[in-house]
Amino acid sequence: MLAPGRAKPKPTPETRHFWDGAKDGKLLLQRCGDTGRAYFPPRPFSPYTGSRNVEVFEASGRAKLYSYVIHNRPVPGFTPPYAIAVVELEEGPRMMTNIVGCEQTPEALVLDMPLQVAFEPLDEEITLPLFRPAKESA
Amino acid sequence: MLKPGQIAVVGAAETTKIGVVPELSQIGLHADAALNAMADAGLKPTDIDGLACVGPMMPQQVAHYLGITPRWVDGTGVGGCSFMLHVRHAAAAIAAGYCTTVLITHGESGKSRVGATPRPPEPESLAGQFEMPYGPFGPPTLFPIPVLRYMKERGVTDEDLATVAVVQREWAGKNPRAMYRDPITVADVLNSRMIAYPMRILECCLVTDGGGALILTSADRAKDFPTKPVYILGTGESVESTMVSQMEDFTSSRAFRVAGPTAIQAAGISHADVDHLMIYDAFAHLPLYGLEDLGFVGRGEAAAFIREGNTRPGGKLPLNTNGGGLSYTHTGMYGMFALQESVRQMRGTAPAQVEGAEIGVCHGVGGMFSASGTVVFSNQRP
Repeated sequence: MLAPGRAKPKPTPETRHFWDGAKDGKLLLQRCGDTGRAYFPPRPFSPYTGSRNVEVFEASGRAKLYSYVIHNRPVPGFTPPYAIAVVELEEGPRMMTNIVGCEQTPEALVLDMPLQVAFEPLDEEITLPLFRPAKESA
Repeated sequence: MLKPGQIAVVGAAETTKIGVVPELSQIGLHADAALNAMADAGLKPTDIDGLACVGPMMPQQVAHYLGITPRWVDGTGVGGCSFMLHVRHAAAAIAAGYCTTVLITHGESGKSRVGATPRPPEPESLAGQFEMPYGPFGPPTLFPIPVLRYMKERGVTDEDLATVAVVQREWAGKNPRAMYRDPITVADVLNSRMIAYPMRILECCLVTDGGGALILTSADRAKDFPTKPVYILGTGESVESTMVSQMEDFTSSRAFRVAGPTAIQAAGISHADVDHLMIYDAFAHLPLYGLEDLGFVGRGEAAAFIREGNTRPGGKLPLNTNGGGLSYTHTGMYGMFALQESVRQMRGTAPAQVEGAEIGVCHGVGGMFSASGTVVFSNQRP
């Protein structure tokens, strides 16, 4: 369980599947039926074509570190320093997250390093997709 | 499409005091700036028939507070560049005959927080669901999110980012109203407190109290006013996303690439014609993105352009000549202050006046690369 104090997301009907998936340990993305391109954050239509022909699918959970900041001041739920990161998923979309299982330093957090999703419950309702360095990291 | 020079700024002023102004509430700062701008233009509230300020509900508050009965209002609120959009919308409204004389106001008790509007992230918004749980805490933790990617792709160094702040402090040193005026070095910036790696405190904007107001009318009427008219040659606007994590390209702002070139093309000018440039600098990386995305330099050339002194006093493209958000002032929505400096430069009344400047570009950002507005000004009517 994550430390208390984080801002808690409030799912909407359009995003409920994502949060239900995270609770089950699945990273669910959506795909445009016309172009085959994955997208995020969730919405019931394609941001590429406007088509409602979309499907939900489970992502691999593999990603690379795309960019980040390391915050040095205390925020409820966090112990500084902590990185606020954006990862690029193998399927293409990017998402904000935190990187766990490694030091929160510029030396340890190298852009483009391979990552793997790691689900951490925030409470009984919400589980957050965080990322850790991939084991096969070379 | 409006012709270049059809509409002019005939009144412009900031609040009497700027920086730390605990004796005025937010609405009071709007009013103080508006009264100063009306005095500048020789107008009374009853002469104003169009009003723009950053909503929600602010046009009503400001209209009632000042005693204005508008026929046209605009409450566009897309962050700190909203005023560039107000200028654009007001110009179109005046040309369309919806109103004749538009007042645009800004007031923000950013530091003292007297009667300030809170900006809570709604937990069911997309940002509330997909960014806020990961610990961002205000702009210093969000706006720099793309910076490491930009630095890696462009080969930009910490020293390059620090140089932006150093050069702007040079300009601020010439401006008695600037909050920070003492010269700083690259080492000073790099040794200043780390806020959110890679950004140090001297690379982050100030947080201040203040306001500003503009008055626009048709260029044909402009000659009847006491000050030198500042003509609007062209404007542009766009938005991208409220979520910085969802920017299409971390090394370039799509909203900048739409708003900037749209304004420059509408003005019928080329980059080489520009004598003075303002690029909203909430953080030190903004001028780098702005120079590249507006086409003043090629991709990856902005850091070297600044390092080589082109934007400094005496350089060929004076940039952020009031000291910018980094050293002059930043209430939370700095765009109004960038516009004010552009107007002063075109009037020839700026504290760090660029001699002979005839064309100025004023480029704003809203949110974290989430919106953009650009205005091209000139003291010559084409």
